[in-house]
Formats: sequence, C-alpha cells, structure tokens
Amino acid sequence: MIKTLIKRLWLVPVVLIAWELITKAVESPYFPPPTVIVSRMYEMWFSGPLILTDEAVDNFLPSIVRLIGSWGVAVAVGVALGVAIGRAAWLADYIDPLVEFARAVPPPVMFSVFLVLFTMGTQLQVATIVFGIVWPILLNSIDGARNVDRLQIETATVFGVPASLRLFRIILPAASPKIFAGLRLSVSLALILMIVSELKGSTDGIGYLLTIASANSDMPALWGGVVVLGVLGYVFNTLFLMVERPMLTWHRGARRTA
Amino acid sequence: MLEIDNLSHVYGDGPTRHHAIDGLNLSVAEGELLCIVGPSGCGKSTLLRSIAGLIKPTGGQVRVEGELVRQTPANLAVVFQDYSRSLFPWMSVADNVALPLRRKDMTKQQRREAAHEALESVGLAEAGRKYPFQLSGGMQQRVAIARALAYRPTLMLMDEPFGSVDAQTREDLEDLVLKVRGHHQMTIVLITHDIDESVYVGDRVVVLSKAPAHVVGDLKVALPGPRDQITTREHPDFVHLRAEVGRLVRGVASV
Repeated sequence: MIKTLIKRLWLVPVVLIAWELITKAVESPYFPPPTVIVSRMYEMWFSGPLILTDEAVDNFLPSIVRLIGSWGVAVAVGVALGVAIGRAAWLADYIDPLVEFARAVPPPVMFSVFLVLFTMGTQLQVATIVFGIVWPILLNSIDGARNVDRLQIETATVFGVPASLRLFRIILPAASPKIFAGLRLSVSLALILMIVSELKGSTDGIGYLLTIASANSDMPALWGGVVVLGVLGYVFNTLFLMVERPMLTWHRGARRTA
Repeated sequence: MLEIDNLSHVYGDGPTRHHAIDGLNLSVAEGELLCIVGPSGCGKSTLLRSIAGLIKPTGGQVRVEGELVRQTPANLAVVFQDYSRSLFPWMSVADNVALPLRRKDMTKQQRREAAHEALESVGLAEAGRKYPFQLSGGMQQRVAIARALAYRPTLMLMDEPFGSVDAQTREDLEDLVLKVRGHHQMTIVLITHDIDESVYVGDRVVVLSKAPAHVVGDLKVALPGPRDQITTREHPDFVHLRAEVGRLVRGVASV
C-alpha cells in the first residue's frame, strides 16, 4: 500500500522542490515559488475559523454548486435526448443536422449570445456550461443507444419485456459504456467552462477571483487559483471513477473473456 | 399447435433481393419435438423468426395455437444460437432468467423461486449470483435454456442452440433438452444443420431444401427410448435415418 503510493507519487515532491529552487534562483515576479503561493493561499482562503475563510466560502461554493448543477442538467438532457434520438430513426432524421451544426459552435462564442439572452449571474453561467458540455454526452448517448445489439432487443421482444423495463434494464445498460465515456469527457469540460463563464460579468466564483488577482497583478493569488482548480479537477475525476467503476464491472469482465 | 401455411419470405429488392422461403407448409402437433434441418443459409433462421413474430413474412401465414402470429405469441420462448449476445451481460444469471417473468402476474419472491428452480433443472443451481461472462459457453447456453424454461412456454423455439459449443458440451446439452421436455409440457421446434443431432433429439425431422426453402422431407423418428448418446447412435434405425436425412439435405434422391 505505502510502497505503491511512493511508487506513484515520488515525482510530485521532486518537481515541487525543483520548482521551488528554480523560481527562487530566477526571481521572476510572474513565477513565484510554491512556498509563496501556498502561504498566499493560506492567508486568503484557509486561515478562517473553520479552516475556510469567508472569501473562500463565498467564491468556491458558488462555483462548485454551479458546476455540479450544470453538469446534472447536461447529463439529464444529454442522456434523455441522446437515447431518444438513438432509438427513434425518424427523430434522428430531424435532429441530427441540428446537433451537428450546434456542436460545431465553440461554447465561448455562445457566451456572448447568452449574455444577451439570459440574466447576468447564475442563469448565464449555467447556460454556458450546459451548452459547452452537453455535446459529448449527447453524441455518445446517441451512439450507444443506436448500437444496442439487435439480438438483445429481439430477446426482449420475444420475452415481452415491458417498455419501461426495456429502457432501464436493457437499452440504458447496453448503452452505458458509451454514455460513461461521454460523461467522463464532460466532467473535465465542465471545469473549463465554469471558469470561462465566471471571467466576465460574474460577482463571485473562482473565475472571478482569478480576474481580480490578474487585475491586481497578484501573481501568488493567480497561481493559487490554478492550484485550487487542479485539485477540484482531480477530486471530481476521482469521484466520477468511483461511480463508474462498479457500474461497468460487467463490461470489463465481458470484454476480457470475449 | 403450430401451423405454417404456404409461407414465403423475400428480403430486399432489386439486385440484393434474396428469396429465403418459398411456399413452405408445416404442421407441428402439441408436445412434439420437431427438428428442422437444412443446408446452411437455406432460410432456417428466417423460418424461426417468422414463427416468433420477429419478422413479418411477405407471404403466407403462421398460426400458433390457432392464433395468427402478428407479434411474438405470449406463450413462446426462444433459445438463440448466440448465447453471448442474447444473455444480458450486465445482469446476474438469476436476473437474466427472471427478467421475462416481469410480464407475468408474479411477486418478486415467486419470480426468484421460479428462476432458481429453472436454473436447478439445467444443473446451475449455484450460478445464480454469477454474471454470464464468468461461465463457460456451454453453461451460458444452459442459462438461456433455463430462461426459456422459467417462462413456461407452450412452444419453445431453438435456433441452432448448440452450434457454438464444443462436441462434448453439445452432447450434454442435447441430453438436457431430452430431459427437460420430459418435465415440461411443451412443444419444441429445434433448428439445426447437424443431421445426427436432428435424428438423435427429434421425434420427427423435417428437411428443408436450399434457399428458397421448402419442405423436401418429413420423417418420423421411432427410436427405442430412453435415448443414449452411445447406444442410440449405434442403433440400426438411427444409422438408417441419418443416412436418409443426409441424402435429403444434399438433394440426392433416396434409394
């Protein structure tokens, strides 16, 4: 256990120490040493009464809530629409061209359009994130639902499996390896779009802190924001894998023996 | 029990047109175990899919218990050749067997018991919690048979059910079919390309021509029971019948 941990993580302190030594030697204002970044982070965010300061709570929490909320909306819309399009050929004929067009639009461009369409603040940010991350979920769900093995569908037909069971016990599980591939992409995309959506017109959030720090040329704070984002990304990805792994055990098992 | 009247089916149109079945007539009595043999690609699977209501034949009629087949009859079960695709890999073995029972008026407990009983009858009482991929091919096909049995069909269709397993397993599964038909009141239609198998398992063997398929031979199998892989196969009647079926399959006139 400890041995494997050392094996996997030995590079981290090595890089940190090297970074510290090089930045101390170079003394560039744009590249503060890690110790300076950490003490600035501590001072700003982690020296509060319950570890977190008010500034941290007021900005981290809205970001995380918006991230999770938007991801939830994107998953619900993407999977529901994707499975419907994947299973109904007539629906695909209508919607496929629209999907291909809309997903080609870079989400940051849409931010300016949404700026006009939606109220400043959470509404705008959720719209931006959802629009940015729904595509990999939607496209993978379409692909997964469309390519359910014909024999599995026929088996369900022969044994008269009712429609709702067919959806939840056959089509969704059959499509789930693909759906999860889309969800995994959307998790990392969501983090990027969360920041993008907070850079303009926002009054709180990690992206907002980054804009302030950048305006004040507060490099340690800016780097501190980067560190927080890295940690958040790592945590979300780990949580995601914890959910995905048990749900796809059958898939890995079936693939190994096939 | 099963009446097939002047059945025809044509796939596609134009240059890809394929005439699979042409004017096929067949009648199966209740409780019979009928084997259908024919050269590969002769339209056996098309026939089975028409009986199961999975395709709509372009001509003729199929009746199960007097009812015209438009969709899959409620009392019909199918065992497909490709067990690895017809069992659901994300469900445990017991769930696979119990799933079709959801349409029946049964409690969860009753479904579980029925699934266990069916698994027991195919010799897999201990495998309920496992997943299909953890079982060998032959065992997976036993699960597919258990699923069909638990469903308590009056008509069971088997589409080359032992085509993807090794010879030893194949014999075991043939004997399993003979065993379970004794315990359940049902009619079985088993499709195969294996001549020996059709004679060994069937009460009656129907031979199809190559595509477009129609019936070229219909033989009663009167072998002394109980059947046994060694003694039945060396019985003079068996040897004679398999030769007869073989000639019909190859399209050679019998002598």
